[in-house]
Amino acid sequence: MLILTCPNCGVTAEETEFHAGGEAHLKRFGPGATDAEFESYLFMRENPKGVHFERWRHVYGCGKWFHAARDTVTLEVFGTYTAQTSTIPQDILDKVRDRRPNWQGQGAPR
Amino acid sequence: MSTRIATGGRLLNKSNAVSFSFNGKQLRGFEGDTLASALLANDQMLVGRSFKYHRPRGVVAAGPEEPNALVNLGRAGKFEPNQRATTTELFDGLNAESQNHWPSLEFDVGAINKYLSRFLPAGFYYKMFIHPRPFWKHVYEPIIRHSAGLGKAPKDQDADSYEHFYAFCDVLIIGGGVAGLEAARTAGRSGARVILLEQTAHWGGRAPVDGGTIEGTPVNSFVDDLVAELSTMSNVEMRTRVMGAGVYDHGYVLGYERLTDHAPQAAGPRHRLWRIRAGHVITATGAIERPLSFAGNDIPGVMLAASIRDYLVNYGVSVGDRTVVVTNNDDAYRTAIALVEAGLSVPAVLDARVLPQDSPLMVRAKELGIRVMMGHAISRVKGTKRVAAVEVCSQAGEGAVLETIACEAVAMSGGWAPVVHLWSHCGGKLVWDTTLATFRPDVDNPPLGADGHGFVTAAGAAAGFFGLDDILHDAHAAADGVATALGFKLPSEVVSPNASRQEEAPLTPVWLMPQGAGVNLREKAWLDYQNDVKVSDIRLAAQEGFVSVEHAKRYTTLGMATDQGKLSNVNGLATLAGAMNADIPSVGTTTFRPPYHPISMGSIGGEARGDVFQPVRRTPMHDWHEANGAEWEPVGQWRRPYSYNRPGESTHDAVMREVTNTRTKMGLLDASTLGKIIVKGPDAGKFLDLLYTNMMSSLKPGKCRYGLMCSENGFLIDDGVVARIDDDTFLCHTTTGGAERIHQHMEEWLQTEWWDFDVYVANVTEQYAQIAVVGPNARKCLEKLGGMDVSKDALAFMEWADGTLGGFDCRIYRISFSGELSYEIAVDAGQGQAFWDALMVAGNDLGVMPYGTECLHILRAEKGFIMIGDETDGTIIPQDLGLNWAISKKKDDYLGKRAQERSHMVDPNRWKLVGLETTDGSTLPDGAYAVGDGVNENNQRTMIGRVTSTYHSPTLGKGIAMGLVLNGPDRMGEVLDFPGTDGKTYQAKIVDPIFYDKEGAKQNV
Amino acid sequence: MSEAISALNGAVFKEGIAEILGLDPIGMISIRGDLSASYMKKALKKAVGVGMPGIREISLAGDKGVAWMSPDELLLICPYTDVANALESLKKGFGDNHALAVNVSDARAVFRIKGPNTREVLAKLAPVDLSPQAFGPGMIRRTRLAQVPAAFWMEDTDTAQLVCFRSVAQYVFDLLKTAAQPGSEVGFYRS
Repeated sequence: MLILTCPNCGVTAEETEFHAGGEAHLKRFGPGATDAEFESYLFMRENPKGVHFERWRHVYGCGKWFHAARDTVTLEVFGTYTAQTSTIPQDILDKVRDRRPNWQGQGAPR
Repeated sequence: MSTRIATGGRLLNKSNAVSFSFNGKQLRGFEGDTLASALLANDQMLVGRSFKYHRPRGVVAAGPEEPNALVNLGRAGKFEPNQRATTTELFDGLNAESQNHWPSLEFDVGAINKYLSRFLPAGFYYKMFIHPRPFWKHVYEPIIRHSAGLGKAPKDQDADSYEHFYAFCDVLIIGGGVAGLEAARTAGRSGARVILLEQTAHWGGRAPVDGGTIEGTPVNSFVDDLVAELSTMSNVEMRTRVMGAGVYDHGYVLGYERLTDHAPQAAGPRHRLWRIRAGHVITATGAIERPLSFAGNDIPGVMLAASIRDYLVNYGVSVGDRTVVVTNNDDAYRTAIALVEAGLSVPAVLDARVLPQDSPLMVRAKELGIRVMMGHAISRVKGTKRVAAVEVCSQAGEGAVLETIACEAVAMSGGWAPVVHLWSHCGGKLVWDTTLATFRPDVDNPPLGADGHGFVTAAGAAAGFFGLDDILHDAHAAADGVATALGFKLPSEVVSPNASRQEEAPLTPVWLMPQGAGVNLREKAWLDYQNDVKVSDIRLAAQEGFVSVEHAKRYTTLGMATDQGKLSNVNGLATLAGAMNADIPSVGTTTFRPPYHPISMGSIGGEARGDVFQPVRRTPMHDWHEANGAEWEPVGQWRRPYSYNRPGESTHDAVMREVTNTRTKMGLLDASTLGKIIVKGPDAGKFLDLLYTNMMSSLKPGKCRYGLMCSENGFLIDDGVVARIDDDTFLCHTTTGGAERIHQHMEEWLQTEWWDFDVYVANVTEQYAQIAVVGPNARKCLEKLGGMDVSKDALAFMEWADGTLGGFDCRIYRISFSGELSYEIAVDAGQGQAFWDALMVAGNDLGVMPYGTECLHILRAEKGFIMIGDETDGTIIPQDLGLNWAISKKKDDYLGKRAQERSHMVDPNRWKLVGLETTDGSTLPDGAYAVGDGVNENNQRTMIGRVTSTYHSPTLGKGIAMGLVLNGPDRMGEVLDFPGTDGKTYQAKIVDPIFYDKEGAKQNV
Repeated sequence: MSEAISALNGAVFKEGIAEILGLDPIGMISIRGDLSASYMKKALKKAVGVGMPGIREISLAGDKGVAWMSPDELLLICPYTDVANALESLKKGFGDNHALAVNVSDARAVFRIKGPNTREVLAKLAPVDLSPQAFGPGMIRRTRLAQVPAAFWMEDTDTAQLVCFRSVAQYVFDLLKTAAQPGSEVGFYRS
């Protein structure tokens, strides 16, 4: 069972306080979008073996959403950061690259 | 005979004798005994029958690795099967019964299987019972299931209670032997918060039995001093009777505490499951001795050498007057020496090794007059229900008998295997140690924690260090390293204690005894006692191609069931490797999974049983409903009255009465469970326009509007009435099940997509008790209460107003889910019951009756109102339900809009909502499908529709229903066939879904 | 209006390892807004006379106070009968600023857990480090109590106050009773 640190309230808590929300940094496509764009937005998800950027909500705590950069194999958590961003903050990218020097950006928003 | 001797028994309190029963026989032991030691002290060698052949089984070990001595404990609500006698502490009145035999332990019919053993090889069930196919389900499986399993499942409800406890520490140490104690001292002195767990009731592990000195003092007193020192340290928590059960991701560990198993009369929970989050885990879990594989090694009286020593030293129990020791290492000599020093006889030590010179332990044994036979082995043990003699042979040969030695016990030692389970649970890798001939933790591949670094360190024997001095130094260094990595600093004066060193000759791996044993011996050489797996079975599995260790395990059942192969693991792997001519590391090992050994289901459930099995949500009027005949319906975690049954009245009759009364007089509904969410801010209107399919920003303050919400996938997820409170503020009603879900849905979009919107939301569902006052007399009732003007002019349909009624501050919404004149009135929850009471009094002359959810359903169905969860199932869009009027054409965007433009969503052949009316007035079965002509590609009847809601309407005196039908709205008047599961085919006509008061005259008065 | 009734109407459990008390209703106002804005600080001061609490802190002065709930959410605490005045005062203090204050007093149930084993009772139900060095007076923790959300703070080192949703008041009372059952002392925390 994972532990995560919520960047909104600073609590480090076990997974049962949180709710996983799938892939982070999806770009919303609404009316006017092509079928392909809409399909990609609604259904297509990264499923990397390794670095992954995810949405989590501190459901039993402050109630806020946040993002986490995590390794899906080793479960290492590189860092957590605000949900109010459409790009990955530089300090998170630095932490990922520090731990995974060969990471080519798989799983990062395109 | 196994018996209690006059001396020894360091764990016993001989001044306190206790009595217990085994298979109905009254026996006596002492406080401090385990059930196993007490049984042995009473010469009860035979304790059970094996799984497959029902072979007689005796105690083999002295700890949790015991495969044989499994018993049923307790009775009725305290009954528990498969309990290890070796870990069951004796108490006065303990009641144990042996398992897996019929009619009795001494005479067991199933033992006939042993004569069939030649016909019951590995994979027997798979091979035998495959044909003919139908026999499996009806003949073979029931018989196999009946005869399978060791203990029986309890029949009574568990009388005990259980709990969890969340604990946090820097360093968690599992195992309270000398390694764990020294690690705790080291980590504790560094200032770290330490928890130390020991599964038994005693500190020190097996070191006090094995002896030696530490810093010049005997191990015993060293342990006592260390425990005393640790108990003065406020940052060190020490717990006995807590087993480290499992190690999980990110430093999560389960500890299984047995609080009252040894004292069943004590108050409090029986087991406590510790849910520990540790910065680092040190596994000081020691090692387990391996058996040797020789013919007859399963006969009662053949035991692990160190366990015989344990019974002698800890419990003063002699397993037999004459014990033959058979070994491939030096440690077993300690048993021989201890037995002779206790005045018992060791006719021979059969040492499979051939060594250039004697080690000090061998010299000591010889000094005591023990006959040491190097290069010798056991060809076969003689005896049935207990050992009678051993036949001696050369280890190098094929088993030719050189002599026969009469004895009552055999002490065997095949070397020691570190307990690597906890290291391995979360991914720690193992390496093969050729010197020790065992797997040990691979320090370069530990389980990884949240920071990507190893979070488990094995220490002492668990890391592969077997000498006392080495164990202490390793434990000290491990704890120092762990504490330092966590940022603590060990004072320089705290150093590792030094222990006496005992030189030992190296072990020689022995996987079969004698090495050339033929099949007649191999098929009596047990690897797994509990599952009856023999050397011959593993060889057969390999021969038949089950060369993957995981496959061989499943095919032969090696290492399965309650002991999970604690004794058989390495021997089995080595046998498989031998059969394949491969080396052991390349064969690998099976996966170790938690728990280390079985824990009670009760402890896993913790407090969640009985009244607190799961939360039940209650409205402010819950107790009133309960007292007035409510038949409860679970709606999510809520309990809502389904109907209020009067004495002698059936539920159906109650529902019919409630419908008729509400339509003709008036009814009260507890609508408090419906969600109420405040949405406030300059962008609230814009936000709600995106959330609802219709336009909410144009709603005027004081007005209400019904709205639909869809997911981004286009499907309906909720509906409800929105009231505009002021320019900036809306109150959104949701379904009962939707309150939390829709609140979270709103927060999700505001936090993760539209974070630039100036909108705040608050879930105020439980702030209010909300009561629907429904029916022709509703207004009269409110007027009787007095207060605000509730006339048609002052408060028109789909308006709301704040005011007072009968002295209660309230907010009234004039909305209707029934088609009747209806007011939904919200008061503070703390006023709910008083307000309900006031309405019941005011409505007394007006025919007031409470009504439940089933009445609500019928009322809405008569009006053709959809219900989320009935007409919708996660695949339904508003257009399917004819709700196009609630979808704004003016908006550029709303959640689900793009999805609803997809080809499948605009397909004219989507099933659409219609009313259904049976031709004979009966009620359609719920969920029934309408069938059309022909068959589909799978040769099934073509389906053209299904029933979504169906009721008997007392208002109309007939069955009414709603359903989704292919091209339904274009087929009005057509009659469809609905085959029921009762064999009847129902015929129903497609009609308008609004059955009652289509013009809406009744609600708008 | 009649007297407000709490969800449990004064339930008490005194037979266990800690005392469990269902409290009379307490005034509670949920506030959403910009916690760094000066209007917010002034509005709080005016309404209940305490300053802005730090992250995961609770500022209490007698029976009034403010708890930090999330980066844009506070819980104002006051006597039940003062709620209307406090709401009015807050609304005035907010002025035209975008902020929200709603009465949630009746949507909650409040418990007091008393005695030297208070921390243990909570630690059986909440996945939280309740050791005195990790959690002390002045802090508030929103978390999970078995299967429902709850928040609690220490009134002093041996007394906790706990807030949950009204609808699950009976469940929470039963939970606390179970966790405080006689003979279930853990003996884990030492000060």
